[in-house]
Amino acid sequence: MSPPVTSGNRLASHPMMQLVLSRMREFWRQPAAVFWVYGFPLLMMVALGTAFRNRPVDKIPVTIVNTSEAPAILKILQQDERFVGPGGEVEILSPEECKQQLRTGKTLLIISANTSPGADYTFTYDPERPGSLSARNTINDLLQKAGGRRDPLSVSNNEVREPGGRYIDFLVPGLLGMGLMGGGMWGVGFAIVNLRIRKLLKRYLATPMRRSHFLGSMMISRLLFTVTEVLILVLGARWLFGVVNHGSFLAVALLVILGACQFGGMGLLIASRAETTETVSGLMNLVMLPMWIGSGVFYSVERFPAVLQMVLNALPLTPLIYSLRSVMQDGASLLSLLPQIGLISLWTIVTFALAMRWFRWQ
Amino acid sequence: METPAIHCRELTKTYAGRPPVEAVRGIDMTVAEGECFGVLGPNGAGKTTTIEILEGLLDQTSGEVEILGMQWRHAAESIRESIGISLQETRFSDKLSVLETLNLFRSFYRHGITVSEAIERVGLEDKAQAWVKNLSGGQQQRLAVAAAIVGDPRLLFLDEPTTGLDPQSRRQLWDIIRRYGAQGRSVLLTTHYMEEAEQLCDRVAIIDRGKIIALGSPRELIARLGGEHVIEFTLTPNATTLNQSENDWTQVNHVTGSVYEDGCHRLTVTQPHLVIPQILSHVEQAGVQLGSLTTRHARLEDVFVQLTGRHLDDTPEVPA
Repeated sequence: MSPPVTSGNRLASHPMMQLVLSRMREFWRQPAAVFWVYGFPLLMMVALGTAFRNRPVDKIPVTIVNTSEAPAILKILQQDERFVGPGGEVEILSPEECKQQLRTGKTLLIISANTSPGADYTFTYDPERPGSLSARNTINDLLQKAGGRRDPLSVSNNEVREPGGRYIDFLVPGLLGMGLMGGGMWGVGFAIVNLRIRKLLKRYLATPMRRSHFLGSMMISRLLFTVTEVLILVLGARWLFGVVNHGSFLAVALLVILGACQFGGMGLLIASRAETTETVSGLMNLVMLPMWIGSGVFYSVERFPAVLQMVLNALPLTPLIYSLRSVMQDGASLLSLLPQIGLISLWTIVTFALAMRWFRWQ
Repeated sequence: METPAIHCRELTKTYAGRPPVEAVRGIDMTVAEGECFGVLGPNGAGKTTTIEILEGLLDQTSGEVEILGMQWRHAAESIRESIGISLQETRFSDKLSVLETLNLFRSFYRHGITVSEAIERVGLEDKAQAWVKNLSGGQQQRLAVAAAIVGDPRLLFLDEPTTGLDPQSRRQLWDIIRRYGAQGRSVLLTTHYMEEAEQLCDRVAIIDRGKIIALGSPRELIARLGGEHVIEFTLTPNATTLNQSENDWTQVNHVTGSVYEDGCHRLTVTQPHLVIPQILSHVEQAGVQLGSLTTRHARLEDVFVQLTGRHLDDTPEVPA
């Protein structure tokens, strides 16, 4: 028998190392997979973050019927920035032209002075149109104040525009959780079914390869992919939207690892018997769909009825997203999240145990 | 006495079902160290089931198996270290190179040859950096053999190594297998190509319906036909009955076997130059004409037809 191979060092020729390397190479050489795992969550963040960003103050388009009082009204309105500048130019037009503008939706509201008996001003608008009521109230307030109204109560407005309380700050932990779910399920489950279809699992089994090395390598490569995935999302959110982590980075890292293991286990379980890619994709979508909708990725679980919430809170993704959000948005400590962490660990243990029991190599 | 490479006794495998399928129905087989042994049979005869039991990938229903003197239930890891396997239809990862694939397989074995040596032995030096998906069918099969020998096995299992390959690729693989056997290693291969067995194997077992129906060297098996030559002829008009005994030519001197099939008479004979004149005179007496007449050496295929009345496979054989 020839001597053991001497090329390369011991680490490089270790089966775990070779299995992990193979997984990584296969992944990187598949542009579609790279996009879905890394590009897609980023795109989703950009799209949703832009759509729900805090917009500059909305302008209010109104017209004033041309009377002798029109210039005075205009002057009062222009004290407010919503009636100045592009989109907010107030026009003074004849009654017919005003009606025309309202009909075609170019204006929200027509102001006329002294047209009906007993009224100083008349507002003409369609209450069904979004924004028209708010325009009416805004204009009414301005005119009343100019007419000498004094508000009996004083009110102060506290508008939240700071990083931490915006929708994007809510969204990023949700997308992180969703990425961990998709990555774990597809990354582990699909890869295994693919190996089974190609009879490579059986071929590996025909060598002295240890099964633990194989399954271990699956988990290690999953974690390595996850690091990249999480970094891209977190750094992208920071640069593009200024999303910051208010909690400890170590806590986020730990939650990410727990989540990756949990969904790696689910992927393994789903793939333990599936023999075609159709079966495994179907099963995965079946498992993931309820969590996309109900685990609080895009909106809070509290929007669902209380009975349903009990079920949703028990799903694997819900405690993960809840924990990530608590840490990143509120700076919560892991200690305060013990029930959630316990639930995640329980899911991990149960799925792994079942997967080990049911797993079919050929 | 020397330990045989493979020894199995009263091997059976029944797949549960309604009705249960008896894929292997009592196989006894001993492959000596250094021997190239062929398992022949038509598709569905139980070849793959048998080889997969021997490879430790399937459990037998009953019977004994010893590989290199070891038993699967006691020494699975040692056996795995000492055998190399090429399965039917393994598709290696498309987007890994030949080198990367073999590095992976090499890492599973404690001892073995270097990856570059394995690549050299199967003649894939030019393709070492190529992705698997860019290899031809023949190159992929050579890769499968390279992955099987990278652990420097004492015993090599090849399940249908050349199925679906063109004649040239098949010959290349035969050379690789021959060179491997020349090192004194044992090989067990299954095939439904008779010529492959004749070219490569010291001994063959012909399996049909889960049982061995003939065992011996290709030469012995052909000799058992009683004649080493085959005469095939057709008649026009297609007169099926020539003599009284309904197409049975065994009455004729020097004819040891006779099969009539699809208008073609196939005789195994010991002395073709003595039989042919008799055929001609029978033809003349019957008032018909010869459509065609050919003679050739007997092949293992003829043994199978003689034993079962059926053909092994319709796939054309490699022209000699």
